[in-house]
Amino acid sequence: MSDATGAFAADIAPEQAKTPEDRVAGAMRSFAQEVGALSAFRLESCIHCGICADACHFYIATEDPQYTPIWKVEPFKQAYKREASPFAPLYRALGLKRKVTADQLVQWQHLLFDSCNMCGRCSLICPMGIDVAALIEQARHAMFEAGLAPKELYQKAAHQRSTGQPEVSAEPYRAQLLAIGKRFGVEVPLDKPEADVMLCVPRTDIEHYPSAVAALARVMQHLGISSTFRSDGLVAENYGYYAGGQSWQREISLRLIEQAISVKAKTLLVPECGHAYTALRWEAADLYGKPLPFNVRHVTEFLADELQAGRLKLAQAATGKTTFHDPCQLVRKGGVNEAPRALMKALGIDLHEMKNHGGFSFCCGGGGGVLDIERAAPLRYRTMENKLREIDDTGAGTFLTSCSDCRRTFDDAKAHFSWNKTPHSLLELVANNLISAGSRT
Amino acid sequence: MDLLGFARGPALKVALAIFCVGVVWRFVGFALLRLRRDLNKPRVSLLGSWAGGLVTVGSRSWPHPEFIGRTGAGEALGYSYHIGLFIVVLLFEPHIVFLGSLFGFTWPGLPSSLITLISVLTLTLFLAVLFRRVTNPVLRMLSNFDDYFSWFITALVLVTGLAATAHIGAPYEKLLAWHILSVDGLLVWFPFGKLMHAFYIFPSRAVNGALLARKGAVS
Repeated sequence: MSDATGAFAADIAPEQAKTPEDRVAGAMRSFAQEVGALSAFRLESCIHCGICADACHFYIATEDPQYTPIWKVEPFKQAYKREASPFAPLYRALGLKRKVTADQLVQWQHLLFDSCNMCGRCSLICPMGIDVAALIEQARHAMFEAGLAPKELYQKAAHQRSTGQPEVSAEPYRAQLLAIGKRFGVEVPLDKPEADVMLCVPRTDIEHYPSAVAALARVMQHLGISSTFRSDGLVAENYGYYAGGQSWQREISLRLIEQAISVKAKTLLVPECGHAYTALRWEAADLYGKPLPFNVRHVTEFLADELQAGRLKLAQAATGKTTFHDPCQLVRKGGVNEAPRALMKALGIDLHEMKNHGGFSFCCGGGGGVLDIERAAPLRYRTMENKLREIDDTGAGTFLTSCSDCRRTFDDAKAHFSWNKTPHSLLELVANNLISAGSRT
Repeated sequence: MDLLGFARGPALKVALAIFCVGVVWRFVGFALLRLRRDLNKPRVSLLGSWAGGLVTVGSRSWPHPEFIGRTGAGEALGYSYHIGLFIVVLLFEPHIVFLGSLFGFTWPGLPSSLITLISVLTLTLFLAVLFRRVTNPVLRMLSNFDDYFSWFITALVLVTGLAATAHIGAPYEKLLAWHILSVDGLLVWFPFGKLMHAFYIFPSRAVNGALLARKGAVS
């Protein structure tokens, strides 16, 4: 272990034990399977200008060069040059690029997991246009195959893969869901044989924000939309995505895909969970092997559509001066920029944007599984200070977001820093300000 | 055959051949790798995607306002020496004559004295860029042989060119021979190192911009 910016030893679960040779072989096998023309072009195009460092909040907070985004894929650049680039035989013959070693991979665990939220801000600054975040995601895949995913992510992914839940809970999520409905006085549609919209839920909401689960059910009920949760495909999160285990990510996504198909859903509705949106909206079809036979929509997109169609009417919410955190996976990596703002406008919210907002927003600091990695906490807190300052600088008294993991990260920061703001759910605000047909406000 | 004859004769021909074959191979080498189809439903049409890619080609020429405070100075330095190089390479009369013999047409140039001034400025910027590379912790960490050799061979072309036009240190013909030999060296090195970014920059921006636009995301 080390301080916030030093080197770390690998932090893995006992079941990830491998020989150094097997680690390198696993990483290189994954690398060989994944490196295609697109990633090769990205690796070829880097001019070592280092500008990507200036987009990364880990670098901005620490000024530690090891957090330069493109450096986080250095072993894989090295492997590409040596094994797969157009002049690979020359690199090998002249010894210009050394083989990647197990020690190198171990050292890079901290850079690829603890200090990267996969937020994609670095992909917006590169003068060559390189999508650095896409390379980092591929590097995580190789690290997983090397047995070097951090133990928290590995274990949660393994548990989710085998049981559908990322961790053991006192009560199964199905029972908790029904209890939430009872507690909040709303019908939670569960295991209907057919529905137009299939719902799923962040386990973060089940455990920490049950009111958000109730809000989702209430909004669906209010709109009269045929919808259902499914016991065999409840959890929105995908820890396979975080851990870099692509085959596990696929299996976890398949649970939801198969359930959505079985109920003949036209839409799979992603709740307030950023990375679930990336995994389902922008990656699931590739892992499924064919286009999905339904639409994947984030709940804010879905509600904004209902708003535009005139089926959703909202009362004015008296939130006072308000700011909104754009979850990276929804906005920067997912293109869901206008929908939350359309909802806030309909709610009559006095929105005060942060200095960096929309596609350029800073990550909450917990994305990419970082919130789950215990040893990453000191660095995460250091990185978050800039974000909290931006929120404070808006002068807003109310703080909204549309991702439960972001919300959880800010709540954690609230406790750590004795911060005076509470993150609220935009979905809950919508659910609390529904206008029934015929009523006037 | 004297040194000048060698430099602009067989050496230049070999260098040009290596340059052309190398550049083509550098593209073909990775283009032959698998290209996976994206099966996820796009947010915009294919045309919209590529329009986004084209916009990115232009928009990445300068940092977004959100980044400019941190990167503006570095990027300005980078662009300045590139502009200086373009002016010297493309608008110096003897270069125009040489390039005209390759392409079959010529264009008006700038006075030699102005080119000399721009060359000196460009060389100064080159030194500043090198200083920044060795003193900035991020750049120093990322830099390898390719970065330093690419800098060296390009600076050598500038220095020998300046020496030849100013007749400094040796007879003109000898200086010109060294200048052309340094250009030959640059052409040989070009496909093997980062100088290839001259060919990659626009396609790279376009492809990645199109992929972001496909998602409706900012690029």
